[in-house]
Amino acid sequence: MSALRRRNAVNAFWTAACGAAVLLALLPLASLLWLVISRGVGGLSLDFFTHLPAPVGEAGGGVGNAIAGTLYMVGLASLVALPAGVGAGVYLAERGDGRFGSAVRFTTEVLAGVPSIVVGIVAYGLLVVPMKRFSALAGAVALAILMVPPLARSTEEFVRLVPGTLREASLALGVPAWKTGLRVVLRTALPGILTAALLAVARAAGETAPLLFTALNNQYWNARPDQPTASLTVQIFNYAVSPYSDWHDKAWSAALVLLLLVGLLNLAARLLARGRGGRTA
Amino acid sequence: MDAPANKISVQGLKAWFGKNEVIHGASLDIPDRSVLAIIGPSGCGKSTFLRCLNRMHELTPGAGSSGKMLLDDRDLYAASVDPVELRRRVGMVFQRPNPFPTMSIARNVSAGLRLNRVPGDHAEVVERCLRQAALWDEVKDRLDAPATGLSGGQQQRLCIARALAVEPEVLLMDEPASALDPIATAKVEDLIHELKQRYTIVIVTHNMQQAARVSDRTAFFYLGELVESGPTEKIFTNPSEQRTEDYVTGKFG
Ligand SMILES: Nc1ncnc2c1ncn2[C@@H]1O[C@H](COP(=O)(O)OP(=O)(O)O)[C@@H](O)[C@H]1O
Ligand SMILES: [Mg+2]
Repeated sequence: MSALRRRNAVNAFWTAACGAAVLLALLPLASLLWLVISRGVGGLSLDFFTHLPAPVGEAGGGVGNAIAGTLYMVGLASLVALPAGVGAGVYLAERGDGRFGSAVRFTTEVLAGVPSIVVGIVAYGLLVVPMKRFSALAGAVALAILMVPPLARSTEEFVRLVPGTLREASLALGVPAWKTGLRVVLRTALPGILTAALLAVARAAGETAPLLFTALNNQYWNARPDQPTASLTVQIFNYAVSPYSDWHDKAWSAALVLLLLVGLLNLAARLLARGRGGRTA
Repeated sequence: MDAPANKISVQGLKAWFGKNEVIHGASLDIPDRSVLAIIGPSGCGKSTFLRCLNRMHELTPGAGSSGKMLLDDRDLYAASVDPVELRRRVGMVFQRPNPFPTMSIARNVSAGLRLNRVPGDHAEVVERCLRQAALWDEVKDRLDAPATGLSGGQQQRLCIARALAVEPEVLLMDEPASALDPIATAKVEDLIHELKQRYTIVIVTHNMQQAARVSDRTAFFYLGELVESGPTEKIFTNPSEQRTEDYVTGKFG
């Protein structure tokens, strides 16, 4: 009986300790959310989403061009990075057991560890210097270089997670190997791959360093790939380091917009990971 | 040709993984529309033998085989034979049920047809094969539900239905009931009795009673050697080899 009581006491202690650890871990997150929301929500309005930035001291204005710029550059980067990353991952999973595969895997690992500002410098050297101008293209290239390695690794893992017995089942039905790879193996890994792709997009949308000296910034709307382009992250940076208090407020509001954007992408990724896997083929 | 013809004839089959030979020359005949049971202790080459019959063995890197294997008197390994086509004629059911998790019950059954773009009324095929696999009554109201929601025994019968849908002539079953409870096992055994009317069946089993119940002929493998094969009754009551007798009476294995 006393042994039981002792066990219950120990159990209660450790349950409480784990609960405290969870609270401790959640505290920074909660305070971050609270700070961004409480200081940013006041500045939100429809105009904030659709208008160009206003000059210092002038009321109103928005970050419409920065939102568009972020979507534009992340979209450009995704156009190349998503197929490349997924393709490389599928290759590594299916054919990556040889020397070449190991070399590719090693390279992606190294690349995944490269700080994003270094990637920014590389894009600067590759594109900004020869073109003699900052551009959306240079920003997109920097983002794409950042997106590929982690996407390739997680795609490989999701494809490898598909049980070999499914591949065998399909081959045994007389389905050719290439079709088995596409319609059974990749199809089974698809929710995971889509999730990884969305997370890569979300990560790219939140990058600042590689855009600072590639896309720079722009006070106006821009749709040309060879022109400097605004982005939410660089805009937040500029607002935050400025000496004006109304720009500080705008930094908070823009941060809230970015948080919403990235949060939506993460939410979509989660829904994909959970909701699929069931009905359709 | 004289009836009853042999559906399959194996002559001097050797099979290996890399340098490791695991079947050392096996010869046997399988009459059309009969059930052959393959018995023997674990690791003696039963699965490998089966996988040579639908040319799945050669898909393992470094794996290969030699000898003659005839299906309807034609060499399975002739250069003119496309292994992909062959696997539509020689279906396979695996030890663990492996339905496609992304597909519904109905789409699992029709998977072979859809993936190979076979035209026709797939709904009709789905119903016929599910009936043949004795699963129709249990799933007819939830054909669009995910296959992964079925019990293990139901999943295995679904896999049998899936194999039947491509209309094979031969059905290979590798310990199809080893992961199932006794009731599901009995259902699969009944099913084999039914299917024998139309298909030639080769079944690997660890269960002597099962081999005795379902098969017409039995082959006993031991350490990669085909020790003996013949009518099931003879193998179980009056085998020619001492090793066969020891194994079927439970003295080893
Ligand atoms: N993928 C493989 N690679 C190498 N050796 C294998 C492989 N599969 C089976 N073997 C070997 O081949 C022999 C026969 O295996 P198997 O045909 O699976 O036996 P059984 O089905 O009778 O248990 C065993 O010794 C096993 O270790
Ligand atoms: Mg086996």
